[in-house]
Amino acid sequence: MHTHTLTELAAGLRAGKFSSVELVRAHLARIEASQPVLNAFISIAAEQALAAAAAADRDLAAGRGGPLAGVPIAHKDLFCTAGMRTSCGSRMLDNFVSPYDATVVAKLKSAGAITLGKLNMDEFAMGSSNETSHYGPVRNPWNTDYVPGGSSGGSAAAVAARLVPAATATDTGGSIRQPAALCGITGIKPTYGRVSRYGMIAFASSLDQGGVLARSAQDAALMLREMAGFDPRDSTSVDTPVPDYVAALDAPLAGVRIGIIREFLDQGLDPENERRIREALSLLERLGASLREVSLPNLPLSVPVYYVVAPAECSSNLARYDGVRFGHRCQDPRDLQDLYRRSRGEGFGAEVKRRIMTGTYVLSAGYYDAYYLKAQRVRQLIAADFRRAFEEVDVLAGPTTPTAAFPLGAKTADPITMYLNDIYTIGANLAGLPALSAPCGFVHGLPVGLQLVGPHFAEARILNVAHRYQRETDWHLRTPERFA
Amino acid sequence: MSTGESAWETVIGLEIHAQLATRSKIFSGAATAYGAPPNAQASLVDLGFPGVLPVLNGEAVRMAVRFGLAIGARIARHSVFARKNYFYPDLPKGYQISQYELPIVAQGALDIVLEDGSTKRIGITRAHLEEDAGKSLHEGLGGFTGVDLNRAGTPLIEIVSEPDLRSAKEAVAYMKKVHTLVRYLEICDGNMQEGSFRCDANVSVRPRGTAQLGTRAEIKNINSFRYVEKAIQYEVARQIELIESGGKVVQETRLYDPDKGETRSMRIKEEANDYRYFPDPDLLPLAVDEDFIEAARKALPELPDEKAARFCSQYGLSAYDAGVLTASRELADYYEEVARAVPREPKLAANWVMGELAAALNKESLDVGSGRMPAQRLAGLLARIADQTISGKIAKEVFEAMWAGGQDADAIIESKGLKQITDTAAIERAIEEVMASNPGQLAEYRAGKDKLFGFFVGQVMKATQGKANPAQLNELLKKKLPG
Repeated sequence: MHTHTLTELAAGLRAGKFSSVELVRAHLARIEASQPVLNAFISIAAEQALAAAAAADRDLAAGRGGPLAGVPIAHKDLFCTAGMRTSCGSRMLDNFVSPYDATVVAKLKSAGAITLGKLNMDEFAMGSSNETSHYGPVRNPWNTDYVPGGSSGGSAAAVAARLVPAATATDTGGSIRQPAALCGITGIKPTYGRVSRYGMIAFASSLDQGGVLARSAQDAALMLREMAGFDPRDSTSVDTPVPDYVAALDAPLAGVRIGIIREFLDQGLDPENERRIREALSLLERLGASLREVSLPNLPLSVPVYYVVAPAECSSNLARYDGVRFGHRCQDPRDLQDLYRRSRGEGFGAEVKRRIMTGTYVLSAGYYDAYYLKAQRVRQLIAADFRRAFEEVDVLAGPTTPTAAFPLGAKTADPITMYLNDIYTIGANLAGLPALSAPCGFVHGLPVGLQLVGPHFAEARILNVAHRYQRETDWHLRTPERFA
Repeated sequence: MSTGESAWETVIGLEIHAQLATRSKIFSGAATAYGAPPNAQASLVDLGFPGVLPVLNGEAVRMAVRFGLAIGARIARHSVFARKNYFYPDLPKGYQISQYELPIVAQGALDIVLEDGSTKRIGITRAHLEEDAGKSLHEGLGGFTGVDLNRAGTPLIEIVSEPDLRSAKEAVAYMKKVHTLVRYLEICDGNMQEGSFRCDANVSVRPRGTAQLGTRAEIKNINSFRYVEKAIQYEVARQIELIESGGKVVQETRLYDPDKGETRSMRIKEEANDYRYFPDPDLLPLAVDEDFIEAARKALPELPDEKAARFCSQYGLSAYDAGVLTASRELADYYEEVARAVPREPKLAANWVMGELAAALNKESLDVGSGRMPAQRLAGLLARIADQTISGKIAKEVFEAMWAGGQDADAIIESKGLKQITDTAAIERAIEEVMASNPGQLAEYRAGKDKLFGFFVGQVMKATQGKANPAQLNELLKKKLPG
């Protein structure tokens, strides 16, 4: 049953081909078996999932239930889930059980989806390899000596290894698209404001956006349709109707103008990877799209801008973890300063501390203008580059990552090398644009991804381009041998 | 010190924190009511739980705009919420959401009346929206510190004055003026004991005649008019003494101790005071449009200064009396109700409201809103003075009986037989009796001892139990005594 896509599972359940309980059991068994190898899950909610599955089966038998009734999924462990631990991959929240559901969690629940558990991730979503998790690294199902990417490494590995048909994830600088590319699956980060951030533990509030990791664009469309929408509890969520992403998938590509970002093809892009991208682009051209090269001159500044803005926001967002009300508290604090220092010192890992310190520095008196303010100005320039580009083209295309997955430990010693992994993905976050990664081939046996970026709220368009591409290719259907 | 004081000029600016009277908090739906058990009114947003987000309360915005309009300020069409970052247990998120570079209200002013009766304009630099913090509780917890977050997230406007105030008295007058205004606007209950209205005072001194400001000390969290006056007076004297003895004022935060009547440095060691302000990415810039502002403008009540001016022209009151009577909206409304009920006697009404009534209320720590002396009842008494049923003196006696027993004036006048004697024949009879029984004094009077006129007034009043109409009595005595 694990070979079916999300779309097939939803239809099969409705047709009575199998029950939700059967589905959930089968997937739970695969998760259990995979844990020693992949470590994709932080928490597994077998009992709750089986109970929910039984209820879903009753609904289905009665002809009720939402579009995802009975379908098993899992959440990145930064979406708050009532009554279930939400750790954010951190020792700081190892003991934190949320009293409420994130809006995304509640919406998927009401659509009928069953939560099997919570997925591993880089601590507080800070990382590109899933090696900063308090719960240990996640491994890439294609080669378990390699990283799955991050920060949504658990979500990507779980979908790639067919442990769940789809999973929620978040993307602040590439945390959905980069692991999607490295694990050979499809991942979409919607427009900023399209999916509610309420209940999604914040890393960098102006960049964070919830999204999906799934096998195909079709499955991603189905999930996103249920997750998206205005939420009065999130002031940055946008009150725009959610189109039927699924219905828009099959539109022909004739006349679609695709821009190839020049700056993406000359910044340390692996030549093999570039070849896969060029092949994918020519296929899109054969399908009726027109190609042209476009230039976004400020885009190469994305990484430095990001590593000022994101740490600045995180230094403030993570101040609430002080050992006073929830989360890790040190043993026997002597006084208030001791409570703060030791609780935070023990609760946070090295990468989180590095970013808190960087962020505190760039916001400090005397440095604010030189760093934070300047970064915000450049951010505007990058957004303007994208706006100009979208006057000429409908979709921008390029690689998701410079290289395929790298071995565990290869980049942990040098944070800058690690940060450069997100060189192609960060721009969309800075500009708040929807972007996806779809598998487009392999380099030395490891998958690589094609990135598509659209104008604001053009999720339907980029899903449509990816879907038409996937109708002609089978990269997204390939399964790692060990998890076939 | 007396010589020193005249050589120094005091410069004061106030930052007033007024809690806005919204039902729910500024960024969450939790109630703002005072006095609930600790943490009973703290939602997940107020507690700063992982994943929660702030949503701005539109009513708080409307109230800030009302204030801005009332002080003739510029209302920003576009203002920005920022995070003020610091660690403290009663600050759950580790930052306070406030407005920093772009506040909603800027450049207003208020006029205060000085002791010599002249008016002085005090500039208001800005007024911005922000959330209040919680409270740390240190008592009764066995050496531990408790945190009560009921107050966390309560909406505040912080009203920042220019350094235009030149004495503790001016500071108090200004603070009272703001207090009156926010209550008129119904945007703050003004309750200072509960902390709904409190201020920080920035105080410095400089040699008289110089333009450069001296180094200031900030006295934090003063919650009574009396303490503001005392704290500033103490601080001014301290700074002058310090400078005159060769010392230097350091810029610092100080706390006023009302028990000892002094200010003390509360500077925490290593305190860097770098709040790392930056725009809050969870909240969009606040946009206020013309329609919103116009609607707020139309809904403004008559403001204290307008009302006082009207009282002067409509009721013929002095500026001072009008100022006293408009100090609160309740008092002004009460006065107007009384004045309307005795239409020919607005000054009499003013005298009684500010005199007997105010004294009686004061004695029992009540205000006019207590219902202890309804306006119509007081008006009933004044009507009897106006139609000469009783004299002013008798009226005081009647008032006391009304206050004690809660009856109407007429009932008391009736039952106690206090009706004034206006019957000329009856007064003449009493005069004749007094003249007959005091032949000696009468002879002396007639021999030119004019002073004895008062003696005869007193005797007749005594004989009539004070009920003789004083004007008539005077007239008749003048006629009768010379013989």
